[in-house]
Amino acid sequence: MSDPIIQVAGLNKFFGDNQVLRDIDLEVARREVVVVIGPSGSGKSTMLRCLNLLEKPDSGEIRIEGKSLLDPATRITEMRAEAGMVFQRFNLFPHMNVLENITLAPIRVRGWPAEKAKAKAMELLRKVGLSEKAASRPDSLSGGQAQRVAIARALAMEPKIMLFDEPTSALDPEMVGEVLNVMKELASDGMTMVVVTHEMGFAREVGDRVLFMEQGRIVETGTPQELFEAPRQERTRAFLSKVL
Amino acid sequence: MKGMGYTIGISIVSILLGAILGLAIGFGKMSPRWYLSWPVSGYINFFRGTPLILQILIMHFIIVPLFLDKTNAVAAAIAALSLNSAAYTGEIYRAGIQSIDPGQREAAYSLGMTRFQAMRHVILPQAVKRMIPAFGNEFIVLVKDSSLISVIAVPEIMYWANAAKGQYLRVWEPYLTAAVIYFVLTYLLNKLLQYVERKV
Repeated sequence: MSDPIIQVAGLNKFFGDNQVLRDIDLEVARREVVVVIGPSGSGKSTMLRCLNLLEKPDSGEIRIEGKSLLDPATRITEMRAEAGMVFQRFNLFPHMNVLENITLAPIRVRGWPAEKAKAKAMELLRKVGLSEKAASRPDSLSGGQAQRVAIARALAMEPKIMLFDEPTSALDPEMVGEVLNVMKELASDGMTMVVVTHEMGFAREVGDRVLFMEQGRIVETGTPQELFEAPRQERTRAFLSKVL
Repeated sequence: MKGMGYTIGISIVSILLGAILGLAIGFGKMSPRWYLSWPVSGYINFFRGTPLILQILIMHFIIVPLFLDKTNAVAAAIAALSLNSAAYTGEIYRAGIQSIDPGQREAAYSLGMTRFQAMRHVILPQAVKRMIPAFGNEFIVLVKDSSLISVIAVPEIMYWANAAKGQYLRVWEPYLTAAVIYFVLTYLLNKLLQYVERKV
């Protein structure tokens, strides 16, 4: 693969005696959108959370732009600043308003002046269609709005990659679309994205590549067309027949 | 009335020292490093598991004389009350911090924040709000428990109540007066804490 931005090799992860990731190998190219699907407990989220070390792998190697995440000399906070993450449950900071949620990290981590961070935040709020919510408290937002703010918050750090951990799973059905639209726009802007999701429509439409995981392994990978229309593995076929 | 200054002064100093030391105790208890968390657990168990009056006596007759030529009742009282209070406030800090959804910390980390930044800007502001009622309880208990330091002759309210009883051979008046004073002090403290709780 030319110019991979994420390289994962031989990744293993245990929770106690339970092996949740088995020899994961993965490369993601710059500007690529990789969608990870699979049954619950297949290790999708754990793999994603290893990419910014919210989970620490037990063995293997992860490189972002060639730089090893697991090298003790690597400053992990710097690497995390380059990888935005969007969580299933939004995880907005409830004691701050929307604007403060978005500007906190650019000011504290990047050291931006407050004015610059605010301008960036307002630009992003426009982009996700929530300019009028800048002064709102997170608990006054709908799920869809909260998740769009969470996306804006992650983007405010100007990350090189975006990680999405089931971003629409906690949403009421009528709000899924507004979040997926923001993600689609982001993909068309050329953001490198790894998306764990159950939204097969999104995977098919936006994904450059789809990964099917089961029992901690990557069972099959291919373009959405290959994977959805002509899965090679029996287990992929069985899973797809249940969800499609 | 003569003892009020001592009761108020010693209570305030002990509350402040206890709250500061408690922060260290709370973080020590949460530390994944056994050489920090074990001694802290021992500390908490000792101060919660033995009577305060015994801690005051030990401080006065054994510990303080090790550091000062002559024991000093006020120093011993403050030391015993604040060390005791720290064991309780430490647990309040710990419980408050651990009550915050782990997703908050993860979100902060995912944005590149250090552990300190996540604690300072994300976890503590939320946790402190939840801690205030428990702190209020602890402070009120401390004001009342400060009456125990009369056993080492710190001239606070309880001491004077006892002295008056001995001098005038009356029981009702001195004790009732002392009760009223403690009640007014804790009542005012409670009002103050309610005000703070609303403000935060």
